[in-house]
Amino acid sequence: MSDGLSGYNFAYLDEQTKRMIRRALLKAVAIPGYQVPFAGREMPLPYGWGTGGIQVTAAVIAPGDVLKVIDQGADDTTNAVSIRRFFSRTAGVATTTRTADATLIQTRHRIPERPLTEAQIIVYQVPIPEPLRWMEPRESETKKMHALLEYGVMQVKLYEDIAHLGRITTSYDYPVRVNGHYIMSPSPIPRFDNPKMNQMAALQLFGAGREKRIYAVPPYTRVESLDFDDYPFEIQRWDQHCALCGASDSYLDEMVTDDHGGRLFICSDTDYCGERRAAGHRGDTDLPANPAPRTAP
Amino acid sequence: MYVAVKGGEQAIDNAHRLLAEARRGDPAVPELTIEQIAQQLGIAVDRVMTEGSLYDRTLAALAIKQARGDITEAVFLLRAYRTTLPRLAVSEPIDTAVMTVQRRISATFKDVPGGQILGPTFDYSHRLLDFSLAAAATVDAAASPAEPASASAERTDAATATGPTPRVTDILNAEGLIEVETADDTQPVGDITRQPLTFPADRDVRLQSLTRGDEGFLLALGYSSQRGYGKSHPFAGEIRMGTVAVEIIPEELGFAIDIGDIAVTECQMINQFQGSKTQPAQFTRGYGLTFGHCERKAMAMALVDRALRAEALGEDVTAPAQDAEFVLSHCDAVEASGFVEHLKLPHYVDFQSELVTVRTLRQAFSDREIPGVPDV
Repeated sequence: MSDGLSGYNFAYLDEQTKRMIRRALLKAVAIPGYQVPFAGREMPLPYGWGTGGIQVTAAVIAPGDVLKVIDQGADDTTNAVSIRRFFSRTAGVATTTRTADATLIQTRHRIPERPLTEAQIIVYQVPIPEPLRWMEPRESETKKMHALLEYGVMQVKLYEDIAHLGRITTSYDYPVRVNGHYIMSPSPIPRFDNPKMNQMAALQLFGAGREKRIYAVPPYTRVESLDFDDYPFEIQRWDQHCALCGASDSYLDEMVTDDHGGRLFICSDTDYCGERRAAGHRGDTDLPANPAPRTAP
Repeated sequence: MYVAVKGGEQAIDNAHRLLAEARRGDPAVPELTIEQIAQQLGIAVDRVMTEGSLYDRTLAALAIKQARGDITEAVFLLRAYRTTLPRLAVSEPIDTAVMTVQRRISATFKDVPGGQILGPTFDYSHRLLDFSLAAAATVDAAASPAEPASASAERTDAATATGPTPRVTDILNAEGLIEVETADDTQPVGDITRQPLTFPADRDVRLQSLTRGDEGFLLALGYSSQRGYGKSHPFAGEIRMGTVAVEIIPEELGFAIDIGDIAVTECQMINQFQGSKTQPAQFTRGYGLTFGHCERKAMAMALVDRALRAEALGEDVTAPAQDAEFVLSHCDAVEASGFVEHLKLPHYVDFQSELVTVRTLRQAFSDREIPGVPDV
């Protein structure tokens, strides 16, 4: 279907709802890292499955956009397939698995390895937008803490990690400070991806549907991962290279290959891995180049 | 050759086909009709309408059929539909004092003006499986497979009362024994479907959230308030169920017109209040309202509503049922089931990052080179 789903507006949401979301988005862009409450709607997909990201995408998508949807870095995971289908049904837009070709990327838990450009928007699905939630469950309290920049509890939490375990053990959803002001949840991306958020050329939008919050990081904005002078922030590293494309600079997923402890490490970003293999790079596992199908018809 | 797991469009399509097949069951058994569900599973329909925030028996019955009887899933289907509907008008407040009552009981007085009307209730039934229903169904199907919808749609409740039936709380009110509750019409009424829930939440917003909240969750919270987790001491002042008229005032007319009747269940709980230096002792209220016949839900809601008023009434907030942020943030079954069930989605990127961390920590432990931690 190319003209969207009959009986529903372009990209599912009615125009009034889109306007409401766009207003929240404008406010979010104007105050980087600030969580803007918005009247999130029920979507035909369950809460917790990307309804915030879907509403943000529905509010910014235009007929000329080319949409890429990833979950865990991959285009072919079931939920990514489902969300991509939702927009090709309701908006009739072109979809792609190629990071370079996309104008709009909705993601869950990863940022693509290929640097994004000014012509692109990345939309993150966010389960818990409040970075202080684990220290203070009450919204009425955390709102005050943000307003007063009262972030001592977060530093204490990180310090306690170091005191108990010798290092900061938060491995995903690692808190960041945006534009030197608000502390923000980067969504549950691995901390490997945190540095990509800093001074990113693309506009970064975050949607939390169940919690009804939207926030944003404008292009070329300072995003620092919290750390200490003597315990600087560091990203995950692997001894292995990608078994398929040989990449040593990408986030690797671990595959269990047998029940004798056999493991295989491959790129989590399927497009990055596919492109490298298409360009002739090979890993230790001698597989034929088998890139996923490119642009959907 | 190892191929990374492909979620795959094919797998999703096949799963949907299998779901459709499982929903239909044995094709030799006649398919349920929407009318059958709307008529014979009426209380399930009422619950789906209440938690789905949409008064439409046919759509609620369709949702139950499509959801294979999964009530939470049916509520979700109805919500996702209702959110796309335009808002044509805002009704006038319904007046339950002029309800056409089908059931009306008070536990606080032996008799009350308007009388006690049991109506259709399970209350005094002996919970014995009625095997004649199983037998009758077979006979019914053979004798008259399709009963005319109009015949069964007509209500034949012998006890149906007409005319105004004063509320029990209004009777207490005349003596000043119970707190006065008058709506402040100068304040705009909140709307949780148009504005995000924020805290502290006023009572209008709290009641809206509780009405669409999950029955099981409210039941457990209400129960906990009875068992000492939050002072409560409730009496079922009145429970009434019946139909009320819904009126709107179209701008071009300027007067109210009746657009139809809806069935609702209302519960007014009467609770103790000791009074204070500035206020004489007085009973306080908890309020519950649902679409259709959802009596258990209305009662539980009234208990929780009263518990949530603790802070406003100057009581200590110590129990979960008194904590508005805890109750309201977690009472919605659509939100709760979505987030719990999203754990089924892949999390292997996050899990991988945890694996890396745990391995690093274990390595450091076995090397006894934990930086920052002195040897003990």
